[in-house]
Parts: sequence; C-alpha cells; structure tokens
Amino acid sequence: MPEVKMTVNGKPASGQIEGRTLLVEFLRENLGLTGTHVGCDTSQCGACVVHVDGRAVKACTMFAAEAEGAEVKTIEGMAEADGTLHPIQQAFQDHHGLQCGFCTPGMVMSAAALLAESPTPSEAEVRDYLEGNLCRCTGYHNIVKAILAASGQDVSRIAAE
Amino acid sequence: MPKDGGIGASTKRREDIRFLTGNGNYTDDINLRGQAYVHFLRSDVAHGRLNKVDTGDAEGMPGVLRIFTGKDFEGVGGLPCGWQVTDRFGEVMQEPGHPVLAQGKVRHVGDPIAAVVAETYAQARDAAEAIVLDIEELPAVVDMKAALKEGAPKVHDELKSNLCYDWGFVEENKAAVDEAFAKAAHVTTLELVNQRLVANPMEPRVAVGDFNRSTGDSTLYTTSQNPHVIRLLMGAFVLGIPEHKLRVVAPDVGGGFGSKIFHYAEEAFCTFAAKALNRPVKWTCSRSEAFMTDAHGRDHVTKIELALDKDNNFIAIRTDTHANMGAYLSTFAPSVPTWLHGTLMAGNYKTPLIYVNVKAVFTNTVPVDAYRGAGRPEATFQLERVIDKAARELGVDPIALRRQNFITEFPYATPVAVEYDTGDYHATMDKLEEIADFKGFAARRKASEAKGRLRGLGINCYIEACGIAPSNLVGQLGARAGLYESATVRVNATGGLVVMTGSHSHGQGHETSFAQVVAEMIGIDASMVEIVHGDTANTPMGMGTYGSRSIAVGGSAMVRATEKIINKAKRIAAHLMEASEADIELKDGQFSVAGTDKSVAWGDVTLAAYVPHNYPLAEVEPGLEETAFYDPSNFTYPAGAYACEVEVDPETGRVTIERFAAADDFGNIINPMIVSGQVHGGIGQGIGQALLESCVYDENGQLQTGSYMDYAMPRADDVPFYRVDHSCQTPCTHNPLGVKGCGEAGAIGSPPAVVNAVIDALQSVGKNVTHIDMPLSPSRVWQAMQG
Repeated sequence: MPEVKMTVNGKPASGQIEGRTLLVEFLRENLGLTGTHVGCDTSQCGACVVHVDGRAVKACTMFAAEAEGAEVKTIEGMAEADGTLHPIQQAFQDHHGLQCGFCTPGMVMSAAALLAESPTPSEAEVRDYLEGNLCRCTGYHNIVKAILAASGQDVSRIAAE
Repeated sequence: MPKDGGIGASTKRREDIRFLTGNGNYTDDINLRGQAYVHFLRSDVAHGRLNKVDTGDAEGMPGVLRIFTGKDFEGVGGLPCGWQVTDRFGEVMQEPGHPVLAQGKVRHVGDPIAAVVAETYAQARDAAEAIVLDIEELPAVVDMKAALKEGAPKVHDELKSNLCYDWGFVEENKAAVDEAFAKAAHVTTLELVNQRLVANPMEPRVAVGDFNRSTGDSTLYTTSQNPHVIRLLMGAFVLGIPEHKLRVVAPDVGGGFGSKIFHYAEEAFCTFAAKALNRPVKWTCSRSEAFMTDAHGRDHVTKIELALDKDNNFIAIRTDTHANMGAYLSTFAPSVPTWLHGTLMAGNYKTPLIYVNVKAVFTNTVPVDAYRGAGRPEATFQLERVIDKAARELGVDPIALRRQNFITEFPYATPVAVEYDTGDYHATMDKLEEIADFKGFAARRKASEAKGRLRGLGINCYIEACGIAPSNLVGQLGARAGLYESATVRVNATGGLVVMTGSHSHGQGHETSFAQVVAEMIGIDASMVEIVHGDTANTPMGMGTYGSRSIAVGGSAMVRATEKIINKAKRIAAHLMEASEADIELKDGQFSVAGTDKSVAWGDVTLAAYVPHNYPLAEVEPGLEETAFYDPSNFTYPAGAYACEVEVDPETGRVTIERFAAADDFGNIINPMIVSGQVHGGIGQGIGQALLESCVYDENGQLQTGSYMDYAMPRADDVPFYRVDHSCQTPCTHNPLGVKGCGEAGAIGSPPAVVNAVIDALQSVGKNVTHIDMPLSPSRVWQAMQG
C-alpha cells in the first residue's frame, strides 16, 4: 500500500493507505481525529468539512492521496493549545449554535472559511454559504446568529435566545 | 432580570465544549481492539421470495471471517413490537414476525439478506458483491388503499390480509357523532395526505457488539435514545441474554427525533456476531442505507370532517385515516396513529363529540414509526387545516373561529379520553398576535404585491400530550412497557454529586439543564453537579428520551431523588447541630437551625455521611445516595399558537418563508435558551415537511428518495430567523417542577401554519384553492394556481 504524508493541524502525519481511502477515513481511522464526521455518502451534509491548504473541503469527497503534502486543518486544530476556544467556537457556545453536535465540526470549519473570505457577511450571505452544511437540530437560527456574532456584528436585534 | 444560574437561567451548555472541539464520543468514534466489520447485503426488490443465497464465492474472498444469512437466525427471536393495539371489534392487531435477517421472503427494499463480517469494511463490501441471490420477485403493494383490496398481494403470507388493525375511537361515540353531523348547520370536509418523512438525524446509526468470553458478558454500543429499552427488548426477546449479562451503551448520540428509539436488526446482529466470532463487530450505517433502514415517519392519508352549529360552534369531528406500517411492525409503530393521534383530535377546542377511525396497513416499504411529534403532528395538521377551511367557507376570521371554540376551563376532560390539566389558549394567541405583528401584515402584503409576489398569513394552534406516560394507563392501551423514569443521586464525601438518569440526551442539553435543577434545590454551584446518562451499567433502569418526556418525567425522578438526599442530609445536619430535624432549613448550601445562628455547610454534612465519626448510626445509614422512580399521573399538555407569513411567486409557484412566530406554553422553564433552541429545531423540521421533504416510492416499491440528492432536507437558506416566545406559562399541576416539555412542539405546530399561509396567499388574489398536499413544492403550488 502506498504511503501518504501531509501536515495535519500543524503536525506531520503519514500512513499506509489503499488508493481508495478517503481523506475523512484517513483522518478518522489512521490518525484518530474523530472530530471530523461522516453524515452522508453523497457530499451533501458537510459534517466532514476540513481545510486543505486553507480551503474548505468535504473530506469525504477527496482521496487521502490527493492531500499528499498538503496543510490540513480539522476541528481539533481550531482551539488554542491551552483550550481557549476559537472565536467561532466561542460564538457557537454563546449563542447555542449546536445541539447534538454532530454537524458542528463541519459548521465551524465552513464558518471559518466564510469569514476568511468575507469578514462581515450579511445574513443572506451566511445562509447561502451554508448551503452545503446540513443541521437537523437547530433550524439554523442560532448557527446563523453565531456566525454573524463571530464576525463582530451586533446580533442583539435578532429574536432573543 | 435574567438569572445567572439555577432554574430559569439561560446557562450556556457544558456539553458544547467537547462537541465544538471535536472531542465528542459518538458511537462511530468507538473502536475496540480486534474489531471486525459487517456489511449487510440488502434486498433491492420490494417483495420477493428468497429462493437461494449462495455465499460460496464470497466466503473465500480476502479478509472474510464469516457470512451470516437468515438460516443462522432460525433459532433466534424476531424483533419485537412494544405495543399491541386492539381493534374496533375487540380483536388484537395482526402481528407478523420480523426476523433479524430475511427468512423465506424479502418485504422491502433494504430488507437485510446476508451479513458479511470481514477484517475491514472494504473487504466486507467487496465480498457482499460476490454473493449470488436467487430472488423470485413478487408484485409489491405500496399504496395503502390498494393493499386493502381483495386479492392484493400479501406482505405476510401467514396473515389474513394487509390490514394490521381497524381502530375506532371512541367506538361507543360513533352513532352520536353521526347523528351530530346529520343535524349540523355546516360541515367542512378535507381530504389530505400527511406524507412519509425520514427523520434524518445527522449522525447515521452505528452499532458495535462486544463479547467477553471469560465473563460471558455482552456489550452493545449503539446510537440509541433509550439504552435500557434496547437492553430489555434485545436481551429478552431476540437473543435470550439476561439483562445482568448485557450492557448497552449509547454514548454521545447525534440526534434522534424518534428514529433512534427503536430496536433494529443491526444491533441484534452485532451483539450476536460478536459472540459467535469472539471478536467485536462494528457496523456503521451509510446515509443511503439509513434511508432504507431507519424507521420512517408520518404517512397518513386522511379524510376529516368538522360539523358546526348555526353559531359556528364545533359540534363534532369525524376522521378516517389510513396509516402505513410498512413491511414490519417497528417497536412502537402501532401506538402512533392510534393513542398518540386519536387522543389529540380535540386540539384546543371544546368539541363534544369525536370519532376517529384508523386503518393500519402493511405495505412493501420501510417500517413507519414515531418521528418528532409522532401522531400529534398528524392530528394537529388535519384539525388546523379543516378549521381554516371552515372559516373560509363561512366567511369568518380564522382566529375568531378558533377563539370562539377554545377550551377555557381546566381541568378539561376531552371526549377522546385525556384530561388537560392547565392551559390558557387565549393568552398564547394574544402573545402570537403581538410577536407576529398581525397589525403590520396589510402593509407587508402591499409591499410584496409591489414586487409581484403574493403574501399570505397562516396561523394555527396546537396541543400535544407529552411527559409520556402513566404506566397503568398505557398498559390498558396496549403498551408492553412501563413509562416511568428513574434517577440515582450519588453525593460524594467532598460535596460534589453525580446524577445518574435514565433519560438520554442526544442534543437536548440535559447535562446542563438537569444540573441547574439539582444545584438550585441544594443551593450549590451547578459545577458541583455531574449528569451521567446513556450506559445501562451505571444508570438505573430508565425508559429513555422521546415524547418530550425528559424534564417532565426524568426531571421529576431526579427531583424526587434529590428530595430524599436533602431529607437525609437534614437528619445528619440535625445530629451535627444537636437540634431537632424539624427545625433544619437548607438555603444556599447551608443547613441552619431555625431561629438560631447555628449552621453547618453542605460539605460538612456530606463529609459526615462518609466519615461517620460523629453520626447517628443507630438511626441513619452512612453514605448519601438515593434513587427514585417517577411514574407520572397524567400526560402534560404543552400548547401554543403559531403564525407563518409566506411569499408566493405566481410565475413559478415558489414559496418562501418570510416570517415565522411561535407562542408556546411549556409551563415552567428550566433553561430558556435551550427551550428556544428546541422550538427553532422543530420549526425547521416542520417547514421542511411543509415545503420540501417527502419520502417517495414508485409503484414497484423502489425508493425514489434514497439520498440527500433526492430527499430535500431544509437548508439554512430555506428558513428565516424565527420569533419564539414562551412567556405564557401555566405550570403543569401534577409534576414537581410544573414543566410540560418542549421537544416536539415546533414540529407539531408549524406545518399547518405554512400551508394555511400559502392558501391565504392564493385566495388573496381570488384563486379558489382550498388545499395543497405537502410538500408545497413550486410545481404543486403552480399547478394549483392554474385551476
């Protein structure tokens, strides 16, 4: 089996893989980074979103071999080493942007990619960007609110709680 | 002022930290040493005779450990049904067997035929492709009414027909109801479909079976809302494992919405195969597999009639429903269209006479069972749609018609066997009128018209029966289980405590809200309280989480156990302060003697309980740990009023949700932030049902919506921000917290509001459209507008 090497959350990572091994399988099974989730098999749900060389990617839609030499960032790499949450993670907690938590890693990674592209997005822009991330718990209300808040915008006018 | 802790505070969730940092422990994150993997070969036909399953070639494939077929399960019990309905004629329902792996016949697309266990998933999948099947395809029945026709193909050859039961409720009232209709001044009739849905929690199901040969103990890790129920059903009815030799663990579970209540074949298989192979066996469901194996929801075809007198008072309701059971009876399937549906047909209104007929039907489709709301959304939808239709026929305001018929005196015994303890339906409607800004609607409609859009306003009320349920009552109705809940409170010597609850949290935030309650009762910081759930090895026998029952039933058990703790702690404190137990008061974590300045801290008492040097050992046992089981005396009855404003594009029929408001009465509230989140999620699913979602089979029983490419899940840009309010509070009178439950309200209350709004929009331009079946897709709306 061929070997693949990449940098994951700032650390070198490698493993022997079959050609058909998906990036998400490599992260979860080989590296034990189980924060990246698999919620579908048609690249629709976005629970597996990670960053590859700074771009949001569905890790179920990319072979691990394609990430050879890449810089990969997963949800495990978002908080500070001392446990301080990333501002997007903190906003999700502050605004109850998660319930069961299964879609959450993908939501946070997508939100980070959005805010990197567009630091103060409109509500419509946030909703449009989340087209590829499904959540079944929140009705999206508090996810959208949390992302707007993480971008530094005033969300106090949005219906309370 | 918002509180900063305890009951009523919007405390941030403690479980969020692990979920936000990728440190959750979901079942698929569990990998055991030596684990093997199973892939199920499933039927790709809806109905067929299984002549031969040839595993010869597959067995020699790389990595294959063993291939199981139905033959391996001949001596094993089938998946049991937990509710037996008795029909109109006093006969019990037809109850077919449900084998773990198909035996003799396959009855729906997705029915498991063989299970390949191999060293890796890929090897198991590869080998499954080498299994040769000889299936004689039989005609399938998909449509319920066709399934009941004479000569229709039978899903189960051994049954008399495809009719599971023909249920009448209340049968004794049937003649009186018919008589009321005969003399009614006005009758409104509506025929509708409450379409089949798929629950779709974002985490697909997973099962990991494990067996310890040295102790003979089996363990199942599974994505369940109720691990004790799985332990009982699988242990006692399927595999014959006594409960003390079987542990079921449901760790972090990524949503359930009902679909993870039920005991599934894959759970039994992994437990069975782990023992057979003496290796852990893991199954991870793909989403495509979930669409054809998770129990589906709804799927009712209904005719409802509402009779009114000359003053527009409701005098009778008559309904006729066909309810799809699918190919087998899922765990609680028979209860959904009957006791969880018929008993809610009174809604918020004082209709004196009601008759509900339900025919449950077997078809060659995936089994149907409870999905968020379970029976209550089906009841609410038909009732609130027919009332809206009646108001339009009579030319009266739909809100005024509802208000005129509201129940206003409590307790209120409905003609459908339940007694509402409290409620104030005018108050929630008043609140709705305020938060939805009805006064501004006319201006908003004008603005929509100016850009070529039609605008409609739809409202509805709902009531639900939650806090499921009094065991003696449900026993009479056919439940084969009790529906109490349990809690053990274990106080440690240094004052911290652990609550082990039979409830299960899969998104509801129990670890935060349950801790708020106990912390407030004792007067300590919530950080001293830990909530443990989801493992039969360390929680008392509990019935789990569904039916908006956790805080109402599980919370009540926890309160009772905490009261026992406090009572015992007071006895210890009395001893320490040489005072009478009757004089001891507990406030802010401090025990004091009334009328004196003597006090001891909570921690002094907990330490004394475990270091009983100065202790009344003759009268009080050492230690501080108590268990309580709580069996509710009634259901709880959350209720509310919802409003939706839509825009319809007359060119395309596309509907957009412009505003949505929900005024709910949940009784007392522990954590308003979490409660709002529950309502938001329910509304999201309700809008999904109203506009987008539908599980579709073709006439041959092929599943047309087998992935997210075909099944339209609501996305962030399909919904607006919601305005929710739960300040109207009539506390429940029969549980210690006065709580009613909030988990399902949004999904129950929102679909009729959306449909009523679209009808309002179309009628505002003179279209004579009185009903469109969900989902209100652009093509359906556009078609309706052409009429």
